[in-house]
Amino acid sequence: MSVDQATVRRIAYLARIAVTDEEVPHLEGEINAILSFVEALGAVDVAGVEPMTSVIPMKLPLRADVVTDGEIESLVLANAPLAEDDFFLVPKVIE
Amino acid sequence: MTDPTALTLAEARDALVARKLSSLELTQAYLGAMERARGLNAYIVETPDQALDMARASDARIGKGEAGALEGLPIGVKDLYATKGVHTQACSHVLDGFKPTYESTVTAQLWRDGAVMLGKLNMDEFAMGSSNETSYYGPVASPWLPPNWSAAQGRAALAADKRGLLVPGGSSGGSASAVSARLCLAATASDTGGSIRQPAAFTGTCGIKPTYGRCSRYGMVAFASSLDQAGPIARNVRDAAIMLRSMAGHDPKDSTCYDAPVPDYEAAIGRSIKGFKIGVPREYRLDGMNPEIEKLWGQGVEWLRAAGADIVDISLPNTRHALPAYYIVAPAEASSNLARYDGVRYGLREPGNDIAELYEKTRAAGFGAEVRRRVMIGTYVLSAGYYDAYYVRAQKIRTLIKRDFETVFADGVDAILTPATPSAAFGIGEKGSADPVEMYLNDVFTVTVNMAGLPGLVAPAGLSAEGLPLGLQLIGRPFDEGTLFSLGAVMEQSAGRMSLPQPWWG
Amino acid sequence: MSTQAQHSKFIQGATGDWEIIVGLEVHAQVTSRSKLFSGASTAFGAPPNSHVSLVDAAMPGMLPVINAECVAQAVRTGLGLKAKINLRSTFDRKNYFYPDLPQGYQISQYKSPIVGEGEIQVDLTPDHSIKVGIERLHLEQDAGKSLHDQSPTMSFVDLNRSGVALMEIVSRPDMRSADEAKAYVTKLRTILRYIGSCDGDMDKGNLRADVNVSVRRPGAPLGTRCEIKNVNSIRFIGQAIDVEARRQVAIIEDGGSIDQETRLFDPARGETRSLRSKEEAHDYRYFPDPDLLPLEFDAAFVAELEAHLPELPDAKKARFMADYGLSAYDSGILVAEKETADYYESAVSHGGVQRDAKAVANWIMGDLSAYANTQGLSVAQTEIDASSIATLVDLIGEGVISGKIAKDVLAIIIAEDRSADPRAIVETRGLKQVTDTGAIESAVDAIIAANPDKVAQAIAKPTLLGWFVGQVMKSTGGKANPQAVNDMLKRKLGV
Repeated sequence: MSVDQATVRRIAYLARIAVTDEEVPHLEGEINAILSFVEALGAVDVAGVEPMTSVIPMKLPLRADVVTDGEIESLVLANAPLAEDDFFLVPKVIE
Repeated sequence: MTDPTALTLAEARDALVARKLSSLELTQAYLGAMERARGLNAYIVETPDQALDMARASDARIGKGEAGALEGLPIGVKDLYATKGVHTQACSHVLDGFKPTYESTVTAQLWRDGAVMLGKLNMDEFAMGSSNETSYYGPVASPWLPPNWSAAQGRAALAADKRGLLVPGGSSGGSASAVSARLCLAATASDTGGSIRQPAAFTGTCGIKPTYGRCSRYGMVAFASSLDQAGPIARNVRDAAIMLRSMAGHDPKDSTCYDAPVPDYEAAIGRSIKGFKIGVPREYRLDGMNPEIEKLWGQGVEWLRAAGADIVDISLPNTRHALPAYYIVAPAEASSNLARYDGVRYGLREPGNDIAELYEKTRAAGFGAEVRRRVMIGTYVLSAGYYDAYYVRAQKIRTLIKRDFETVFADGVDAILTPATPSAAFGIGEKGSADPVEMYLNDVFTVTVNMAGLPGLVAPAGLSAEGLPLGLQLIGRPFDEGTLFSLGAVMEQSAGRMSLPQPWWG
Repeated sequence: MSTQAQHSKFIQGATGDWEIIVGLEVHAQVTSRSKLFSGASTAFGAPPNSHVSLVDAAMPGMLPVINAECVAQAVRTGLGLKAKINLRSTFDRKNYFYPDLPQGYQISQYKSPIVGEGEIQVDLTPDHSIKVGIERLHLEQDAGKSLHDQSPTMSFVDLNRSGVALMEIVSRPDMRSADEAKAYVTKLRTILRYIGSCDGDMDKGNLRADVNVSVRRPGAPLGTRCEIKNVNSIRFIGQAIDVEARRQVAIIEDGGSIDQETRLFDPARGETRSLRSKEEAHDYRYFPDPDLLPLEFDAAFVAELEAHLPELPDAKKARFMADYGLSAYDSGILVAEKETADYYESAVSHGGVQRDAKAVANWIMGDLSAYANTQGLSVAQTEIDASSIATLVDLIGEGVISGKIAKDVLAIIIAEDRSADPRAIVETRGLKQVTDTGAIESAVDAIIAANPDKVAQAIAKPTLLGWFVGQVMKSTGGKANPQAVNDMLKRKLGV
């Protein structure tokens, strides 16, 4: 499988990364190089094989339902590029 | 006393406890060495004030007989680890100005045990790279001079664009370079596909990627969650064992962190390896293999045999699928893990007329070329219509890779010996500019270990004909890092102590 | 179900009948103290970003750790829906960018949910119910909130809700009208409240629904559906279905076709409108969350939760019918809220005595509910103790007061003192029914003497006796026993 330039733009949009017209052909080439590198996997017989979900046999730990966190607005907002009245601010989102 | 930076971590520890040296003296010596070595670009942030404060506090604790396992020992921290109030950007521009209000579990445990923080170490951006050339802060130079280079040539290159100097490997290039150049006693590093072991091999240092789950990932900037593991790079096997003991351990804040006591790894050093069954996997003997690497591998086999180990030929038939499968799984996870860098809550924010433009511009400006590429590949392999063909298939292959290892371990194999890298270190600017895959091939021997979640240790094993360091890799059973330290120590001893390069850099 | 009943659900188009097909995805906030994957509080109405941990804000290197209670609540709910509990389920990431989604993905359960297929019985009338299939229930994170009206150019993001646990409960497309959908949500909400896994507070957004609507000719294959997002009241769910179905019928009858899309219901305008977003925005790239392992528990864990489940509404209704001889209708009303059912039972057996169960039901569904409704409260919230209702029923049964006086006593309790003992009120205000024959007789005699013309008429036409009874009751201030008055009048007038 390989990608064309329209697909490159679509992926870039899904990943929310702006790409310039001149970047697109380069990305197309690089992505296709990687895709052809992984191409051989298509020939591996994986019939009946379970995809890996956890590499170490472990049970998911559960935590007790106790409030142990929060009330740290100043820490949550400490690195915010733009904040006001303890809210994060972004350009207006129109639904 | 002679230069205290010549001491290994274990030696420095003993000297501090014996009061032959103070942590303040030791720390000052390192701060001086760091200042002189700025040209290498191993540290991106130095924290001298913090270091000196920590050193004084350590001296006080040593005075009171309350020394922790790493009391007063200056170390460097890979920029991947959140350090409270101190620059933490995983060497990415997208985290511009980010100072966490929290501390990673691994570094918190190091400080708990008394270690002193010298600063933050350079790395490939988000740990994506094998040469430390993708860092937003520029490449790191290895302290090992290229063959036949004079010190003056080296200094000239440092002052220019560093081209021609050797890479320290990556992604933990700053860690490897700093340890090798004696700019810290040891360093934290991290390994997703070989990022501890490959730089260790390139710089004549020892690195271990422990079993997945051995160290907490809490506070470590994530690259690929199912593959990322913390680990140390140190000057020798013993130092790595001492570091790992402090770094490892259960953490309720990481659901994938294993709940089991951490053994005294240092106690494994010097233990007899008589009767240990060591597997040598035939699939690692690649077509067109560098004869020097092949020879070194054979040498390693002989050393272990001479120390009483039984050597067996083994087969890991799915080995060759590991690297391609890795380049599906790791970018897929990365594409999702890096979605949080959106310019809203922290880090870089490029203005946009609307939220979509803000996202796109921020992420385009904030991510370097390699990160953008991997995020896009990851996005593609997860997208509708391709998920099963790529991602699910790769995870099935991962099951097969793990099964290969389980089979040989079930047959009684205690550890596996392999090369660490396909070659010695290459030059800055030499690889990967035309074809990203060329760079990816560096991880061909290391990546299987991440895919199977196993521990892997790289110890220096000798020098190439051109005088560059080469390492060998030992792969162990899950949570059996102790055996790797025992074997690594034997190998290290057989190879003879690696003499690190003399400072030519300043 | 009769053909007639079925037919009545169809909507009439210009070209004939259309059948509405509805399926619902209900998002129910899990009742828990802390969030699904962090230790921050779930309490409502906190200052912005105060119930946010570094995990909820998706700071670099932060990791999720699951809340055991949220898992238990999902299992309890699954049991309440008679659904298959999956002993192994997995968490997936649903990837998309939005300012109130800090991680850039929502942790949800896509491939393997914690709860599989189940079923809810939905009563439409006392003698007609339908079964609505449950396809699945899964756990997922809620998003934060963006406020758009604080500034002309900026949206304000508050992450307090970010990471709060939700159960998404997906029904089969088994509903055929707005009424059925409303009854389904009502019943689901009742079950959740019984179990205590969701408070069902729709005003706070703790229960909301995505409504899938399509139309077809009766018996034809399913049509293309539209999803109406985030409808937050049962009334609006009904309205949204009706207007959306009519919109679809109009388009199809006009020769058009329906685009599968997401729409919003605008209650003010009474219409749905398209949420036009770029098409590629809907590639969520689900994959298993590598920060979490599969969620696994054993059958003993499920059995333990099952053993502690409360009696659920269907069982309670059946028991009310059997034990108290109530009608299906009355039982259905009483069990709709668990607190009301408990109140009822407490009143019926107050003081360890069983009293007239039907009479107690009538009081609760009648005067008490009427009052509660005016106050916007549930019966149990009125602060009128169940023992007061029990006492009122007792006083009537003992012949101490009439039903009419009993209503007055309740009014006094409501107006003056909710904790007052009805017996004491009757006593101190002299409301006791007059059963003394002498007193009744003199009252009867007085009325007869004063109205000779009426007497003549009544003798000719005995139905006029009622007028005399009324006059006597009036003159005794309602305290005379009406039966005794009636008997005496008959005797005196010889009718």
